[in-house]
Amino acid sequence: MKVSLTVNNRKTDIDVEPRTTLLDALRDELSLKGTHAGCEHGVCGACTVMVDGVAVRSCLMFAVQGEGLDITTIEGIARGEGELGIVQDAFCETHGLQCGYCTPGMIVAAQALLRQNQTPTDDEIREAISGNICRCTGYGQIVEAIRLAAKRMRESNALRAGEVAE
Amino acid sequence: MKPAPFSYVRPSSLAEACDALASDPDARVIAGGQTLVPMLAMRLARPTLLVDVTAIADLVGIQETEAGIEIGAATRQAHALVSDLIRTQVPLLSKALPNVGHPPTRARGTVGGSIAHGDPSAEIALAATVLNATIHYRDGDEDLEFQPDEYFIGPTLTAAPPSGCLTKVVFPKRPEGRVGAGFQEIASRRSDYAFASAGGQVVLDQAGTCVAALLGIGSVGDVPVAIDVGGLVGTRLDDGQIAEAVAAALEGLEVVDDLHATASYRKRAAARLAFLALVEARDDARAGGAAA
Repeated sequence: MKVSLTVNNRKTDIDVEPRTTLLDALRDELSLKGTHAGCEHGVCGACTVMVDGVAVRSCLMFAVQGEGLDITTIEGIARGEGELGIVQDAFCETHGLQCGYCTPGMIVAAQALLRQNQTPTDDEIREAISGNICRCTGYGQIVEAIRLAAKRMRESNALRAGEVAE
Repeated sequence: MKPAPFSYVRPSSLAEACDALASDPDARVIAGGQTLVPMLAMRLARPTLLVDVTAIADLVGIQETEAGIEIGAATRQAHALVSDLIRTQVPLLSKALPNVGHPPTRARGTVGGSIAHGDPSAEIALAATVLNATIHYRDGDEDLEFQPDEYFIGPTLTAAPPSGCLTKVVFPKRPEGRVGAGFQEIASRRSDYAFASAGGQVVLDQAGTCVAALLGIGSVGDVPVAIDVGGLVGTRLDDGQIAEAVAAALEGLEVVDDLHATASYRKRAAARLAFLALVEARDDARAGGAAA
């Protein structure tokens, strides 16, 4: 079945079986391996991507359902090759990742949260990643990373001409 | 690729969806897919045709009509969660929704899908049971209506016609008076399937006397059940009165044992959560409830 997917602002036509999940299409058809396959039945959150700006599990969607939707994967988070986005950078700085398996899902979930809420409380951060399982880093540093990213995003927006950061 | 093969159609009208469902006895509706896709992945379900109803505009949206607050079957849970109409008119549902899955599953999951799946721990199904919402189906060119007590007949088993399509769920409007709602559940981690859940709604008159009380228990038996706590009408809803009413009402509650929790644990948890839900509802009503 033919489907036209818009992933990271790039439109691609693919031909897949209807039972192909969005996750499999991203990884196997578009070679975007950053989105991780974990449990593949909606429990772990490793495959989280953004669909129309909100976090969604790519293993619980079929690629054919993605027609006309705006899909962002971890590869679309940084501004350019060799750069890190603010959330990615914050994860590195606070040691918000160890083995890295859950990290793309965590970062996309965090990015989706911070698009809607620039001043999340710790409780709101925990709610946003409540569907993402980490089995080695521990959630403390991940929450810290998202808190730091939120602060940096606020500050990068709050500075007006002539103002100086603390 | 975990599911067995199937065909997929995404009709743009209800009539086309009904035709597709009638064309294949193993056809199945997919809306948000947040429960169905895991079932397909584990091959617990092997439909030959999936009929995606999310492109049918008539099935999406929340509106107030004479009949009540109508929620289109394919309305996303995330949209229902931020709806002012639901917050003010159906406060119990509003309190139940944050417990439904996680933000990423609510972004795709639908209100109708949660009802149609008939999971005994589904929070939306419990709210519908407590408030006696009406569940509407279209089957071919026939319109059918169900009340929750006749609709939910077993774990993931409903009285829905096999070729029918759920169109909307109609919740009664907010009653007159000081309305309060409470929703409580316990699960192994946030927003996971609950071991026990309880939803309550009370209405107080100006003097603070209870004029209506509703209670329901989910997750502990085969289906969500409404529990008669009419005995609270006329009381001041003191903690002691609530505790007594809950203990009496839950005496014959049917409870199941499974891998996750024993029957006796579930029974104790249900009683405690029912108490807490009614206390929350009372406090909410005393504080002015969901008054617009």
